[in-house]
Amino acid sequence: MSVLINLKNITKDYQTGEIVTSVLKGVSFEINDGEFVAIMGSSGSGKSTLMYVLGFLDKPTSGGYHFEEQDTLKLDDDKLAEFRSEKIGFVFQSYNLLQRTSVLENVLLPTTYLPNCNLKEAEKNAVKLLEKVGLGHRLDHNPNQLSGGEQQRVAIVRALVNNPRLVLADEPTGNLDSKSGEEIMEILQSLNKEGRTIIMVTHEEYTAECAKRIIHIKDGMVTEDRIVERQRMARDGEYKK
Amino acid sequence: MIIGVGSVIAIMSVGAGAQSLIFNEISSFGSNLIGVMPGGSEDDAPPAAMLGMVITTLTYDDAKAIDGIPHIIAVTPYATGNANISFGDKIKNATFVGVTSEYVNVEDSRVSHGRFILPEENESTARIVVLGSEIKEDLFGDDDPLNQRIKIDKTNFLVVGVMKKKGASLIASRDKDIFIPVKTAQKVMLGVDYLGLIRAKVDDEKNMPFVTSEIKKLLQQRHNIEDPKKIDFSVRSMDQALDMISMVTDALNLFLGAIAAISLIVGGIGIMNIMLVSVTERTREIGLRKALGAKRVDILTQFLTESVIITFIGGLIGIIGGSIFAILVACGAQYFGYDWDLIITPFSVIISFVIAVVIGLVFGIYPANKAAKLNAIEALRYE
Ligand SMILES: Nc1ncnc2c1ncn2[C@@H]1O[C@H](COP(=O)(O)OP(=O)(O)O)[C@@H](O)[C@H]1O
Ligand SMILES: [Mg+2]
Repeated sequence: MSVLINLKNITKDYQTGEIVTSVLKGVSFEINDGEFVAIMGSSGSGKSTLMYVLGFLDKPTSGGYHFEEQDTLKLDDDKLAEFRSEKIGFVFQSYNLLQRTSVLENVLLPTTYLPNCNLKEAEKNAVKLLEKVGLGHRLDHNPNQLSGGEQQRVAIVRALVNNPRLVLADEPTGNLDSKSGEEIMEILQSLNKEGRTIIMVTHEEYTAECAKRIIHIKDGMVTEDRIVERQRMARDGEYKK
Repeated sequence: MIIGVGSVIAIMSVGAGAQSLIFNEISSFGSNLIGVMPGGSEDDAPPAAMLGMVITTLTYDDAKAIDGIPHIIAVTPYATGNANISFGDKIKNATFVGVTSEYVNVEDSRVSHGRFILPEENESTARIVVLGSEIKEDLFGDDDPLNQRIKIDKTNFLVVGVMKKKGASLIASRDKDIFIPVKTAQKVMLGVDYLGLIRAKVDDEKNMPFVTSEIKKLLQQRHNIEDPKKIDFSVRSMDQALDMISMVTDALNLFLGAIAAISLIVGGIGIMNIMLVSVTERTREIGLRKALGAKRVDILTQFLTESVIITFIGGLIGIIGGSIFAILVACGAQYFGYDWDLIITPFSVIISFVIAVVIGLVFGIYPANKAAKLNAIEALRYE
């Protein structure tokens, strides 16, 4: 299995006026192709910040970050935007769908920024993916006509439409009831089964156990990094809230 | 914005319309007319005769002599005055214009009934009259005036013709005037032997300078004038009048242009505000787009496109509004009988669109750049 991500001693400081806040204080780990990793930690521990660094939205203050064996800290902003477009799919806690824009258009939004994208192919693929997550009948609806769970499924399809290697999900079930949350986890697990690498932030133990590996973060440092012995398959009844 | 582009169209069209009116006027009048007025003057100042002075140096024989100059097609002297015109119990005050048979050729006028003055009637100081179309209406209504006798002050005149209606005119309407032989006007009506004006028509515009200088030479000789400062007549062509008028319309256009420019700038600042609000409202969207792979130029292009679309639509409405205004002005002018062309050129439409797009770009660049520079993470965290 090839190494997809290599983080070495990543630090991130935020400066607000005179005060410097260290959010990440030396994070190192490797993630291989095809893994399903949950990043756990309490609120404010730096999980989202780490996610943004991993997804090239933010640059670390120091340390090393290799993605597909490329030193990403040497790349310019436009190249990083290309990486985000081609290699990363983001899923956010608050869905971030565009209002007054149909489900299908929302899903196709990332293709706008993908050079040489075959729009017909992309649309066919998008419809197929939406059908797969049970939203084939909602293509022309607007996000505000959908439930939270449905909106998050749209957001996942949007993350997949450019066929990225890595899906980054920041508390994807955070705003959802347990049933909708389980549906989301089921989708993420099936994606991982198809070979896609997934990194998911959560602070819920039972959600984290759907992953194959859990990295604990506290105060900007990795405190625990373990393989999940018995991955909990979503909806198989092993966990009930 | 809409007002700005609208006024651009309106100005260009109304301006062109006004110019067309003047040009039509000049050409209906004859752009190759030369006028000789009594009294000397500087070239760019009005002749003394126009200022109300009575100068007696210009004579019927001067007019006859001018007729001999090459390239002149027709010459007529003018001796005019005011009189009460009466037929039966109807009385009208009108201007009588004493001219020769050549008048119709000089001023491009036509007779609708009867005939115009004959050369021999001038020599014999005949008491005959040709009526302007309006005065004919006033005195005769729909009746036939030919061979009727009318009184000009106390003298009886025989009506031999009626002029065709010429319509409203910036320079002078001849429809209210009556025409009599110039010698009759001089001897019978006015009791003088001088003229108020001589007009000559030249065969081609390019011969105007030649003819103008020939007339000057000839009259100087006839009036025995050696010192150019003592010249007692003025020779004017319509070109000079045209130059003066277009100076006025140019100034007017400049003024209206300034108004348009100000409203365009105000509109542009309005667009900038709209876009700044839009950027703030859509901060999260910008963050999201960046997360999905949008580069700075992508965001910049998106917001610039939006501001250009807004100004383009504004421009479209402005063009329609301005055109409607221009059409109304043209219809109004035509309704009142002016020879006003409706001119909305493709050029002015294109210019308006270009201005609209440029305004969108210029005033959109600041908000769009602000959006493009937004930090993606801060934008995503923005509530
Ligand atoms: N732009 C910033 N400036 C200063 N502090 C920040 C900034 N962004 C995040 N932080 C701080 O970093 C810490 C970690 O934030 P975050 O990564 O969002 O944590 P988590 O996602 O684990 O809740 C928080 O204390 C937060 O206040
Ligand atoms: Mg967070």
